[in-house]
Amino acid sequence: MAYEKESISVTNLSKIFHTTSGEITALQDISLSIGEGEFFCIVGPSGCGKTTLLRILAGLDSSSGGTISLKTTNVDRPINSMVFQEQSIFPWMTVIDNVSYGLRMRNIPKKERYEIANHYIEMIGLSKFTHAYPSQLSGGMKQRVSVARAFANDPEILLMDEPFGALDEQNRILLQHELLRIWEEARKTTVFITHSIDEALCLGDRIMVMSANPGMIKTIITNDLPRPRKISEIRTSLQYNQLFQSIWQILRDEVTNSKANSSTEEKSNY
Amino acid sequence: MIKQDYSSLLIRILSILSPLSILILWEVMARVHIIDTRLLSSPSLILHAFIPLLLSGELLYNTAVSVQRVLWGFLAGSAPGIVLGIGMGLSPLIRSAFEPMIAATYPIPKLALMPLILLVFGLGETSKIFTIAIGVFYLVVINTMAGVLSIDKIYLDVAQNFGANRKNFYLTVALPGALPMIFAGLKLGMGMALILIVAAELSAAKAGVGWMIWRAYDMFAIEQMFIALITLSFLGYLFSLLLDALENWVLPWKKQV
Repeated sequence: MAYEKESISVTNLSKIFHTTSGEITALQDISLSIGEGEFFCIVGPSGCGKTTLLRILAGLDSSSGGTISLKTTNVDRPINSMVFQEQSIFPWMTVIDNVSYGLRMRNIPKKERYEIANHYIEMIGLSKFTHAYPSQLSGGMKQRVSVARAFANDPEILLMDEPFGALDEQNRILLQHELLRIWEEARKTTVFITHSIDEALCLGDRIMVMSANPGMIKTIITNDLPRPRKISEIRTSLQYNQLFQSIWQILRDEVTNSKANSSTEEKSNY
Repeated sequence: MIKQDYSSLLIRILSILSPLSILILWEVMARVHIIDTRLLSSPSLILHAFIPLLLSGELLYNTAVSVQRVLWGFLAGSAPGIVLGIGMGLSPLIRSAFEPMIAATYPIPKLALMPLILLVFGLGETSKIFTIAIGVFYLVVINTMAGVLSIDKIYLDVAQNFGANRKNFYLTVALPGALPMIFAGLKLGMGMALILIVAAELSAAKAGVGWMIWRAYDMFAIEQMFIALITLSFLGYLFSLLLDALENWVLPWKKQV
């Protein structure tokens, strides 16, 4: 799929962590280009630096080298909003105050931001819980609020860091469905990190596979499963299985390699 | 289920019955002269002394004087305690500037500072308010700092990612995140304030519940002393009720946990 405009451009990005036991190269020579309105997935073994890459894109971490540029089409809109992996909605705010948090930070009047928030609360099916506190919500509901908070902020780019990783299977499928539905309506540029090949295939337009130690781009695969997608249908398609196999082959080598490496490292320590 | 109801009823009965039986035992032992009523009085004698003290307005006046000192001292200690505690929690610079000083002076019994405070502030109200304030301040500042430091780092990331400026960060993350611990500090501080008011009214006071206790000592008016002690206990209970109510109002999200 070709994109008319580029939304994210990363060139030769690297990230080195300085620890007491020496330098660790978390990211090395990352260059990629993500189109406007693209759903871009990143998969890779744990420790491949995918979260670090996302945090640098979000401006929460600095890079050690290289450049990133995030295009803005409208100066009034925030550049990015992130959906975090762990529980991240404020326990001291009601659902509606959590969802409208980004709008409040941008000084949008209460009436207006509540209207916008209500729209997204309805979309995630939590209208009954509009004025409830997070302590009254289940884990899946909290993550829904986190997704709604990012969408309500109407950013240029959505950054999602394994947002459904901590959920049970049923909740995960439900939320993937909802995310697809909301995304297909809004068509926002989305960078989505996951460790699940299945999740990447269900959601992404392209899937970037990363290797660990150091975190590098292994390959980028175009996922042309037709949209709008129904998760239950695409899973049984031949195309899905072929893509799954090709990604799994790359990842399997990666995981076994990194395991072999780490076990020799362990041995050399003794 | 039935067993549970039974035991909760028993608990309620016991919690009323046991103090009541002690009062009765006290009264009986006083009547049969097992205990010396000149030293330990008796519930009926205390009640006798209580009524004129209440009707004359003397008790209320002294209570009001003490309450005023406690409240001013409490405010004067907790407000800077909260502000500095948040600053110390958020900024390593502020923390390293103040923490050693606070850690070094915290163990000094605040009563030991009374003579110095009297020399500096004189015999008036200021010295009493200051004594209470300093005791409250330490407990509030330490708890507030711990509260801010215990805020999960993820909330700081969220605030940054959603573009919170400094003011909004304080109002939407630092303060609400630290509030449960701030309240823990305020409750400890209130207990400390009641301890210190009695000591502060020992020297150079002309009114107050603490002063009543010391005057009762001088005049050997045991009943008045007991009445003042009961008043202090009642004040402590009332203040903790008020703080609980305030906490429920300010922290509605904690209540439902």
